[in-house]
This record gives sequence, structure tokens and C-alpha cells, in this order.
Amino acid sequence: MEKRGTEQLIASLSQGLAPVRPLRPPARRALLWLCAIALVIGALLLRFADLAAWAGRYSEWRMAIEAAATLLTGVTAVVAAFHLSLPDRSSLWRYAPLPPLLLWIATSGLGCLQFGVGLGPPGARVGESTHCFAFIIGVSVPLTVLLFAALRRARPLDPLPVALTAALGVAALAAFVLQFFHHFDVTAIDLATHLAAVLCVVGLAGAARRVLG
Amino acid sequence: MAPESQLQQQEAAWVLLMRAAQAGDARRYDELLRSVTPFVRNLTRRYCRDPSLAEDVVQDVLLTVHRIRHTWDPQRPFSPWLAAIAARRGIDRIRRATRIARHEVSDELAMETFSVPAANNESGALRAAEAIEPLLAALPERQRRALEAVKLRGLSVAQAARESGQSETALKVSVHRAVKALRKLVATGKDDDI
Repeated sequence: MEKRGTEQLIASLSQGLAPVRPLRPPARRALLWLCAIALVIGALLLRFADLAAWAGRYSEWRMAIEAAATLLTGVTAVVAAFHLSLPDRSSLWRYAPLPPLLLWIATSGLGCLQFGVGLGPPGARVGESTHCFAFIIGVSVPLTVLLFAALRRARPLDPLPVALTAALGVAALAAFVLQFFHHFDVTAIDLATHLAAVLCVVGLAGAARRVLG
Repeated sequence: MAPESQLQQQEAAWVLLMRAAQAGDARRYDELLRSVTPFVRNLTRRYCRDPSLAEDVVQDVLLTVHRIRHTWDPQRPFSPWLAAIAARRGIDRIRRATRIARHEVSDELAMETFSVPAANNESGALRAAEAIEPLLAALPERQRRALEAVKLRGLSVAQAARESGQSETALKVSVHRAVKALRKLVATGKDDDI
């Protein structure tokens, strides 16, 4: 196509131009989304979780750091996804969730070492891990749908990093919520299951990235 | 005026035009797109050296600007937003070209269909068709036309005779002589390529 075609294109784009409302800054949009989700999840936790037991367990420093790192991974990944969905924001945002993610894995791994690398008490543990896997997937799927709906408004030019970061965010948030119902220490199997569930969510979201475009 | 100050002025003008465009001012939007096109053209040349393909990328960038114009924050500079879109579209173009080069081969003859069904299935048919061309060219015009009409295009003798303005008998003689001449050409060693 030649320059004359470009002139014609410009004329046709300008014709009947509709006004648009600029998107709010990504940090604010991320915060709004997180607040809305926090309200819903908070209400569900108040209704179904044993908060006193959770507070007791997480008064120990390692557990507290693990919970904080999990939540921070979720929050930073969601904020990063909103930034990455815009064309003029730094692509370095994709690395923002890595420090809390590493801290989360490290503290969970430390827990495995502290309480024995073994499989834990025999019997129910593998079954519990299956529940953990299903919980993370079950919470992540609706959260991913909601987050994708919010991110889709920006029509990201490169949807893959947006989808992966968003999925990491929701999976980490799901893992954080899981901690309210995880009344035993993390074993190696648990840790592997949690990570497998997170990877599953990230993989599925990566496959569905075209929804964002 | 210093180039830096010129750029600042240009940036300030684009910001004003884009704000107006987001508010729905078609005239200013037209002005903005015309004003940014040379800038976009310069950027896309980094990704695509062929001028006509580069112009494709320019149009792609303008379409993208139109589609996602709501993602520009009026409190931020305009040029980095535009440059990021141009870079993205340039990279997309390179990826597409690489993908095509890796998986597709341009072969116009591959789409040719021969009148003899077996020729469509044999891998050597295309090479044979290419090789016989110079032999056909060596035949007298009258014989070549008669042979092509009857043997290659699949016309009946009557149709070919009507088309060439010869009698049916004369056409049959031409075809017969052409085949005989071709056999002779092949036999005398001019068929090295077949």
C-alpha cells in the first residue's frame, strides 16, 4: 500500500470519530480491582474460615512472612498486569512479582525443612494435597475471568506477559486464601502441589491470552 | 530554533491534539494523524526496509492508535506511547515475515493443474513440463500451436481447427509432424534436461 492509501486511511479514521474516556492510571485500576476482590473474599473468609486458628498459626514469624510474601506476590502481579496491558509502560513490570514469589517459595521450603522433608503423617496428606490443588484452581478460575475482563479494556498489544502475570497474581491470591484453611504445616508434597496448581493456572491463562487482545 | 525545543513544541502540540481527539474532535484527530505519520514512518523503517511494506506497518500503527486511543493517559507524554505502538507493530511484522520464511515456500507452478491427472500427482511432472518448453519452442509455429491446442490444452481436433483457421486434416497433419519432430529432438540428445 502506498502513501495515498495512508492518506485515505487517515481520512476514514477521522470521519465520524467517537469520543473516548481515557483509562484511569493502571495503579488505581489495580487497586480498585483488588479492593473489590478483597471485599468479596473477606466476607467469605469471615463466614467460613476459622480466623482465630489462622491468627494463632501465623503469629510465628516464618508463617507470617510466608503469608505476607504470598499476598504480596498476588498484589504485585496484579498491579504489574495492569501496567503491562498499556503500550507505554515499562516491560520491567513483568519482573516485579519475582522477589515476593521467591520469598514465598523460600519460606515454604524452609517450613518443609523445619518440619521434615518427608511426606508428613501417613494417610490423608496426598488427599489433602489434591484438595489444595482443586482449591487453588477453583478460586483462580473465576478471579482470572474477572481480572481478564478488567485488563481487556486496554486491549494489550502483547497479551502474553499480561496474561501470565495476571494468572500468577490470581493464583497467588488463591494460595493466600488457601492458608486460612490449611491447618497443618506445608510438606514437600504440599509445596509441590501448590506450585503445580499455580503453574497450571499460569499455563491456562497463557493459552487463553487471545481473549485479552 | 534548537532541535530539542522543536521536539518539545511538537510534543506539546501532539498532546493538545490527542486530548481533543479523545474528546471526539475529528478535525484535530485528522491533523494529529497527518502530523505523526512522518514520525511513525521513520520509526517503522527500523523494522522494515522495503518502503511499500514499511507503509503497511505505518497504516497498521495508525489503525492501532485509533483502536486503543483510550489507553493514552492525557497527563503523560504522547510520543513514547506512539513510539511503543510503532515498535510493537514493527516487531510483529518481523515475526510474521520470519514465520512465513520458515514455513512457506513461494512456488507459482505448485498451483498448476495439468490436463492429464497423473501429471498432477507425480513430483517429476513439473520438472518435465519445464524441460519440454524449450523443445516446443524449437518447433515451427504452426506445428507448435497445433500440438499445444490438442495435446496440452485438451481441445478436440474440430475446436483446434476452428481456432487456428485450418482444416481438420491440416491440423491433424501438423500435430503428427510436431510429435514426430519432438521425438527426433529428444532422440538426437536435446533432451538432456528431461
